[in-house]
Amino acid sequence: MSTTAADALHLEAPHEGHSADHHADHKPGFFTRWFMSTNHKDIGTLYIIFAIIAGIIGGSLSGVMRAELMYPGIQVINQAWPLGSGTATFSEWTHHWNVLVTAHGLIMIFFMVMPAMMGGFGNWFVPLMIGAPDMAFPRMNNISFWLLVPAFLLLLGSTMVPGGSGLGAGTGWTIYAPLSTSGSPGPAVDMVIFAMHLAGASSILGAINFITTIFNMRAPGMTLHKMPLFVWSVLVTAFLLLLALPVLAGAITMLLTDRNFQTAFFDPSNGGDVLLYQHLFWFFGHPEVYIMILPGFGIVSQVVSTFSRKPVFGYLGMAYAMVAIGVVGFVVWAHHMFVTGMSLDTKMYFTAATMVIAVPTGVKIFSWIATMWGGSITFETPMLFAIGFIFLFTIGGVTGVVLANGGIDTYMHDTYYVIAHFHYVLSLGAVFALFAGFYYWFGKMSGRMYNEILGKIHFFLMFIGVNIIFFPQHFLGLDGMPRRIPDYTPAFAYWNWWSSVGFIVTAAGMLVFFVNLIYSLLAGPKAPANYWGEGATTLEWTLPSPPPFHQFETLPRID
Amino acid sequence: MKRIEWAIAIAAAFLTPAAAQAQATAGVPQAAAQTQNQMKSDVTGAGGAAQAATTPAATPTAAPAKAAPIPGTPGHMLPNPHIGQPDGSDGIQPQVTAVGREAEHFHNYWLMPVITFITILVLVLLAISMIRFRRGANPTPSRTSHNTFIEVVWTVVPVLILVAIAIPSIRLMRVQYSFPKPDLTVKVIGNQWYWTYQYPDNGGFEVISNYLKEKSDPNRQPSERFRTDADGPPLLAVDNRMVIPAGKVVKFLVTSNDVIHSFSMPAFWTKIDANPGQINETWVKVDKPGVYFGQCDQLCGAGHAFMPIVIEVDTPQQFAQWVASQGGTMPGATPAAAPAGATPVPTPAVATAPAVTPPTSSADQSVKHQ
Repeated sequence: MSTTAADALHLEAPHEGHSADHHADHKPGFFTRWFMSTNHKDIGTLYIIFAIIAGIIGGSLSGVMRAELMYPGIQVINQAWPLGSGTATFSEWTHHWNVLVTAHGLIMIFFMVMPAMMGGFGNWFVPLMIGAPDMAFPRMNNISFWLLVPAFLLLLGSTMVPGGSGLGAGTGWTIYAPLSTSGSPGPAVDMVIFAMHLAGASSILGAINFITTIFNMRAPGMTLHKMPLFVWSVLVTAFLLLLALPVLAGAITMLLTDRNFQTAFFDPSNGGDVLLYQHLFWFFGHPEVYIMILPGFGIVSQVVSTFSRKPVFGYLGMAYAMVAIGVVGFVVWAHHMFVTGMSLDTKMYFTAATMVIAVPTGVKIFSWIATMWGGSITFETPMLFAIGFIFLFTIGGVTGVVLANGGIDTYMHDTYYVIAHFHYVLSLGAVFALFAGFYYWFGKMSGRMYNEILGKIHFFLMFIGVNIIFFPQHFLGLDGMPRRIPDYTPAFAYWNWWSSVGFIVTAAGMLVFFVNLIYSLLAGPKAPANYWGEGATTLEWTLPSPPPFHQFETLPRID
Repeated sequence: MKRIEWAIAIAAAFLTPAAAQAQATAGVPQAAAQTQNQMKSDVTGAGGAAQAATTPAATPTAAPAKAAPIPGTPGHMLPNPHIGQPDGSDGIQPQVTAVGREAEHFHNYWLMPVITFITILVLVLLAISMIRFRRGANPTPSRTSHNTFIEVVWTVVPVLILVAIAIPSIRLMRVQYSFPKPDLTVKVIGNQWYWTYQYPDNGGFEVISNYLKEKSDPNRQPSERFRTDADGPPLLAVDNRMVIPAGKVVKFLVTSNDVIHSFSMPAFWTKIDANPGQINETWVKVDKPGVYFGQCDQLCGAGHAFMPIVIEVDTPQQFAQWVASQGGTMPGATPAAAPAGATPVPTPAVATAPAVTPPTSSADQSVKHQ
């Protein structure tokens, strides 16, 4: 132990002298800085750029889908063939639809929300908020990011190779066997599986890094119960990742061997069981939805507290509500499988367990409102997105309670009601939280302020747009419209038309966002260290904007 | 290279709506015209015109697909556009089973009020705090960050609400899983991409149920039967329906030949996955004759959107007639003595059947054709 301490001192000495000479940041050259980075802020920036690119692709896919669904009949996916519609068969068109559905889901989950939440904001702000100089394992942090790039390329590449009735994997993001095994010949599904493996490995490495950093690198005085709620949310999420993703890896490895090496884990004709895959998948898949939303809870807590100029109401309740959601989130998975033919007792258990999650979630919603209550609130763009989050997440939450009832789910399962529900919690919940975080920290990350007017236009267009997209989908679901169909009977046309109109409004909002992004990066006013004032109390606001390349070389002390 | 389609598709997303609308509006009158001419064109097109004049009961075991369907006969009853199919409304489809009505009642009169109340409560609290505690109205923020009493309240009250939801929810599941003694068993088999229905109680005949293409569909073979409004709405109509008797407990044994499908019938509150290698069981007791439409609800490949489920619920007499037309037999009795079950069922002449609700136009039409 003594040797280690001596080495640390020894290393520290020349470094101090060096930085005294230059007293400014000394950043490595472009290639070294961005391609061989070990700096948590640069890696966070890479993650955010990656997530924005993936978001543009995944969002464009939903644009194609909404265009197809705007009217009954097949009118878009048959024109998407570069050699003309005559070159493809009908089943290639409809397979192409399934590829769109699959790619949209996988891209938005694994390559947009997760990289942005954990990789982007987690990397950027966990070390800053706990007063650490960097992540615990900087090189592992780098490989976490760079595993994601080939994963994404594999996923995109899978759309160019055969996958059954046409090019690409048309299995849905859940990759259910046997559609993904005997039902999808060709290399596309294998490529998707490898993409998931790499993305999963990336997330596991990231999770290890976050857990180690948060447990070992907090500044003196920063006890667990003094950590900002965003750090709490990342800690809980990291545990969920660490426990859930290996199960996914196992399940998809079994898919891979079923596909290529004549195993029969999921093949009933050789003693396998198709439901085994679903249990394994959803044991990962349900924690996954909390992986996507928990960091958003953390962001919203920081934002609401800052703009209400009040500390978070019921801090301990908020922190342990997230822990409770994380724990209970592991024992509710089979509510995704209510119509697979499970027994009555199983169904009752999963109904009851699922409803339990509503309690800690309710605690969070009411605590956010209580944080605002008595505050001195201003309504900058991040706060608008946070308030929008609270309301829209509530809608998604209560429809979740409806779906939690095994008997009611018999009707709703795999209909547009489910689509509406999970887009209210993810597309309107998680994504609103991402935008809240992005506007909140944009000045801190870039050193320039975003344009407030454009930000507000973005919020209102998006708020109106996403509600027009997704609220009518409840009606479609109640009327019986199944998920994942490219064409529908004319009775569904009216609300589908509205849903597609909502997409156009949302797309206009996104356009404003990108204008704002480019304008602010190039010409936004310089951001001071703490541009939100008295309400912003966490450690990142004690540093200049953007923070120096290396921060907290002398650790801050928290009372 | 071939995937320039992404780019083209995105461009198409913005270009096509106008074109599609033009197509759609052009298509509507055409489709209507087809329907008007259906009887004539169908008879001329189907070849076996002479046979069509005879009653289906008299038609022996001839392949049903070849015979020209006579709308209004068992197996080809006319659908009611407001019952048993989506109608573009914003609510649950009218339920025709006791289980469905209980579930619908639970959803409409208990779950919906509760979740609406919670959502409005959150909205009102947000609005109050946004107005009362905006900086202009309240320049000095309070420092309150704890209130044990209120934190206990908003933990315990949701628990009580959830218990109040869970009790009727569990009762509903018990009813769904009560499995009364079946009067009829139908084996439902999902295939890529059609359904087959087997009647083990009635001689084991099989009905192969394919979706009916539109007349204008370029993929339709010239000899292939096309959809008419007598069959049902576009994308929901099939050539050969499953037929079950009204007022009887029907057990479905559901499985699949290839990938997972889902056997779903919204108007019955029924949905169960068709898993290969497993047999799932569910049951219905439909009290209202009519034609009911559902769709495969589990992604099953390229034809997922094109394997609808149509269940025609007939009176027991009509059902027996239909069984005979399929070459099947009624268990232990001649078709005439079909309603041997304990449940008393009025004859079709009464037209009210065992329905609790008054007869619909569908039922009237079915009777008219007897």
